Amino acid sequence: MTTSLSQTANVEKSMHLLKGWLAPRLAPEAAAWLTAQMATIVSGEKPMQLAMAIGLAPRKVGKADLDLKPDEAEAGRAARSGLDATGWSVDQAVRILLVLAGYRGDDDRFVAGLDRILAAAEIGEQIALLRGLPLYPAPEKLLHRAAEGVRSAMQPIFEAVAHRNPYPREQFSEAQWNQMVVKALFIESRLWPIQGLDVRRNPDLARMLIDYAAERRAAGRSISPELWRCVAPFAGEAEVEALAHILRTGTDAERKGAALALKDCPLPSARAALETDKALADAIDAGRVAWDRIA
Amino acid sequence: MFIDPHAHMISRTTDDYEAMAKAGVVAVIEPAFWIGQARTNVGSYKDYLSHILGFERFRAGQFGVRHYCCIGLNSKEANNEELAEAVMEILPGFATKEGVVAIGEIGYDEQTALEDKYFRLQLDLARELDLPVMIHTPHRDKKRGASRSMDVILEHKLDPSRVVIDHVNEETIEEVKDRGFWAAFSIYPHSKMTAERMAALVKTYGAERLIADSACDWGVSDPLSVPKTAKLMAEAGISAEDVRLVTYANALAVYGKSGQMSEDDWLSPEPIDQRTLYQGNTVLRGGQTPRVEET
Repeated sequence: MTTSLSQTANVEKSMHLLKGWLAPRLAPEAAAWLTAQMATIVSGEKPMQLAMAIGLAPRKVGKADLDLKPDEAEAGRAARSGLDATGWSVDQAVRILLVLAGYRGDDDRFVAGLDRILAAAEIGEQIALLRGLPLYPAPEKLLHRAAEGVRSAMQPIFEAVAHRNPYPREQFSEAQWNQMVVKALFIESRLWPIQGLDVRRNPDLARMLIDYAAERRAAGRSISPELWRCVAPFAGEAEVEALAHILRTGTDAERKGAALALKDCPLPSARAALETDKALADAIDAGRVAWDRIA
Repeated sequence: MFIDPHAHMISRTTDDYEAMAKAGVVAVIEPAFWIGQARTNVGSYKDYLSHILGFERFRAGQFGVRHYCCIGLNSKEANNEELAEAVMEILPGFATKEGVVAIGEIGYDEQTALEDKYFRLQLDLARELDLPVMIHTPHRDKKRGASRSMDVILEHKLDPSRVVIDHVNEETIEEVKDRGFWAAFSIYPHSKMTAERMAALVKTYGAERLIADSACDWGVSDPLSVPKTAKLMAEAGISAEDVRLVTYANALAVYGKSGQMSEDDWLSPEPIDQRTLYQGNTVLRGGQTPRVEET
């Protein structure tokens, strides 16, 4: 048994945060139901209780958007760096809270319990529980579950791990990270909601993306302008040339992506290419064109 | 708008989903059944249940079709006692998940003692969980099997207004209606029931508590049975309101008693569902943007 006092303190902090978010959003009956479930789960008397409560949550508390106020979102980031509940719903927050309530200081037991629940989870449960990854104790022991989420053929499950989630940037190996980024492009998801995209750029990822871009071009298919973000620091002259071409001939979004990539590329030729489009270069400097505004 | 309240979509292609959506099928109910071959252990049964509640639901949503499930141990596999015992243990956890509208399809196949035992246990489970029930009536010795099913249901104190007897035909309809149950008809090209006979039955017995479904599965069957039957009934002079009852409203009325299925699910879905489970009328894979309410 591995016990950690700091883990317990973190779990309590996370539960406190979620309870604070939920309090003004739950009807009295829903709040009473949740309190009762938590008490039973904490007591550990009925082992099936946690799975059942997670299953029943949407019908008991509703599925309205959580829609946090700015100060509430800020409290989230203060409690857990990188925590981003944009797009969460009330039932998802409740499901994560229930999972946390099942933690009793034993990491291995917690991980085994979460595994069991996820193995039989329906799609809504999987999305909710994977969104909770940054709040769970023993994050390094949940790596296989997060990787399974990324492997999912269901885009919203993939995105529950990949998007607005600090877990991958903190825990994924370079190989796992690269698979996630390339898959996001492959399934036509977006890159910008992935946290740590710039920090975790690496030459191998850039190579994979350059190959992927070539494959798309050969097939006559469009290339996401976001792709170049992870290529930029490692671009060679061939890529700079390709970006300069896009800058001249691409769609609006493609031109913006190319300009942003050229801006991020250390080669002198990149600087020169960007200078050919003064208006776009100025818009980037003024912050009017940025990676999270083009896709 | 049509509902196909009995469709084994796990065995169907994307062409079928496209055709169903195009024909106006807004929702399908996938009852747990065997899959053409008996499972040999509880693990594969568990994966099957989470598949129909997970990936199948996601797949349907990509085509703008809402997907619901019935959860149960089918009569064929009830004859494997070791499997049946293990499945009974996992059923409550699955039956309380979101989108589960009934216990089903359960009932008799060969009418063995084991089938009887697990049928009764599942009727008790439905009563305990307050869920409607979908009854599979046997293909062999149907009349007696259907009659016996209804006896047992009433013996277990279930309200017939919450129970659908499926695969009904001319021989069994009278008793089903007289005893207050819902009568469902599987419009299945080479066996069970045809659209012409269905129209004749509606003329004779009226539309009240009558339901058409396709029961489409891995055999020769037609996922467009419900819209085709609607068309044929209209041509046969059955009123628009009666057609609507048989091909849409009656199924919604009885399975809606679960609290897990309502017209809002497809007419005005929760934003969280639009972002994850249900892509309205767009097909995700074509690169179309899902209907997302910007925050």
